[in-house]
Amino acid sequence: MTATADKQSMREWLLAEEPTSRRQARAAAWYQGWLSFRSNTLAMVGLIILVFLILCAIFAPLLATNDPFAQDLAARLKPPGWEGHFFGTDSLGRDIYSRLLYGARISIYIVLLVAMVAPLLGLVIGTISGYMGGWVDVLLMRFTDIFLAFPRLILALAFVAALGAGIENAVLAISLTAWPPYARIARAETLTIRNSDYIHAIKLQGAGTARIITRHIWPLCISSLVIRVTLDMAGIILTAAGLGFLGLGAQPPSPEWGAMISEGRKYILDYWWVATIPGLAIFAISLAFNLLGDGLRDVLDPKEGGQ
Amino acid sequence: MIGRVMPIDPVLAVIGERATQAQYDETFRELGLDRPLIVQFGIYVGNVLQGDFGTSIRTGQQVADDIKRVFPATLELATLGTLIGVFLGVPLGVVAAVRRGSWIDQVSRFVGLIGYSMPIFWLGLVGLLLFYGILAWVAGPGRVGIFYQGIVEPITGMLLVDSLLRGEWAVFKDAFSHIILPASLLGYYSLAYISRMTRSFMLEQLNSEYVTTARVKGLSESTVIWKHAFRNIRIQLITVIALAYANLLEGSVLTEIIFAWPGIGQYITTSLLANDMNSVLGGTIVIGTIFVCLNIFSDLLYRFFDPRSK
Repeated sequence: MTATADKQSMREWLLAEEPTSRRQARAAAWYQGWLSFRSNTLAMVGLIILVFLILCAIFAPLLATNDPFAQDLAARLKPPGWEGHFFGTDSLGRDIYSRLLYGARISIYIVLLVAMVAPLLGLVIGTISGYMGGWVDVLLMRFTDIFLAFPRLILALAFVAALGAGIENAVLAISLTAWPPYARIARAETLTIRNSDYIHAIKLQGAGTARIITRHIWPLCISSLVIRVTLDMAGIILTAAGLGFLGLGAQPPSPEWGAMISEGRKYILDYWWVATIPGLAIFAISLAFNLLGDGLRDVLDPKEGGQ
Repeated sequence: MIGRVMPIDPVLAVIGERATQAQYDETFRELGLDRPLIVQFGIYVGNVLQGDFGTSIRTGQQVADDIKRVFPATLELATLGTLIGVFLGVPLGVVAAVRRGSWIDQVSRFVGLIGYSMPIFWLGLVGLLLFYGILAWVAGPGRVGIFYQGIVEPITGMLLVDSLLRGEWAVFKDAFSHIILPASLLGYYSLAYISRMTRSFMLEQLNSEYVTTARVKGLSESTVIWKHAFRNIRIQLITVIALAYANLLEGSVLTEIIFAWPGIGQYITTSLLANDMNSVLGGTIVIGTIFVCLNIFSDLLYRFFDPRSK
């Protein structure tokens, strides 16, 4: 009884017409965003799939039925459902279901790392370029254009080749190819902020360039970058899987999904499940990110969405 | 520059590990590796500007010749893919915009969503399994069957065009059966993009006042859509199609590998794995240049066709 009453008053507090504190106003903004997000069915589907996959990744050791690396050559290439192997076994007799669970960890790890490194790089370059203007701007933007001019996958391939194959290097390579759009966005935001009165005010108070950029410009650029990142996450997953498929991402015996497809490719005509099932997993996670990204954009950026 | 920081010694890649020190030194000088990095880079840029990409370590031929050989295959694939994308994607986008919220709009949304979420190499594999392995409707990987290889003297290097020009129908049929699956795959991805863009351009036009005026005037719905609204999005569409085309030229890397298609994407990847940096750089520069040229081209078209931008 008291629990429902509490919930009721919580809701009232959140939806109050006139918030009494800054904390309440902020919480109310979040809550209203959540309400409008919740009414978007497809975005909720995306969120549910994603939460499910993250739980799978966290509890992989508990959910897995077999050791993902344990080989059993007597039981190789068995079909789904064979003796407790939900999704069958691969060419070395490893349980595909268990490998998928551990593979989710790798995918999420890659996405999180890229989603932190690439926007940060773009933010630094874009804000400096936008705030400083002049020849710094010209130089940095031409530099960005060079990166934009090259096809992303091929550029990532070249970086991985130079750095050596491996997950960390794949992350680095994807980040190095993914930052230019963020730099563009950050620069555009900076250009509109740069001449506003409050920046002039802080300048008069004696704030230096570094302080203005990091304390007063960065916070305002972040929301548009966050939207862009969620929309890009599916692309990051697909690029990482592509690199894994080419043998340039995670190395065997690591259960990375792209690498698993690559292993199963040889057997595709006779043993379809080896390559098909990891592909479905990649599809599920990037679909989830796409649905979520669309929903978030509608909530956070009303002028872009609405269609 | 990337080629120069590779952890693998390019000299050893040429002469093998059992060469003597004297041979090593000689090759080292031949490759120009004894000069400072900046000089090497200057020489490379100078050569590239003259159309000389150096020699491929892997094939032992001029990189420029290699690219001339493999590029038409990619061009053929990407062109067919774009054609499929345009002829299905534009009508789908227009209809989705006109009948907004109808089942066909949902279909177009669904097509787009899957196109953005599906790994292309996986869809290619499943396509091979289904249409080649199970249904046997199309031919398998490769560009043309082994019986038909080398029959047609190249004119443009594009097998479909060449076999038509030479009147070799059997070769044409076989080549078509090989290309249709990878081209449809690429076509699907450009369809997803083109139809989404067409839909949003179209919606913007249909909501504007001149369309209402045209309707009030009593013009038929098809005249309103095609003669009025569609005319205004043609320019934007050209930009989108050029972009989609450029994306297919680069995005064909994974598709070419799945279908063993001897194009530039596969060339770059195999060279990369063989540590053949001249080929990789040459291929990347060619693709990058085409990418930039297509962008400039669509910008120029925009200026040319759209009086408002002047």
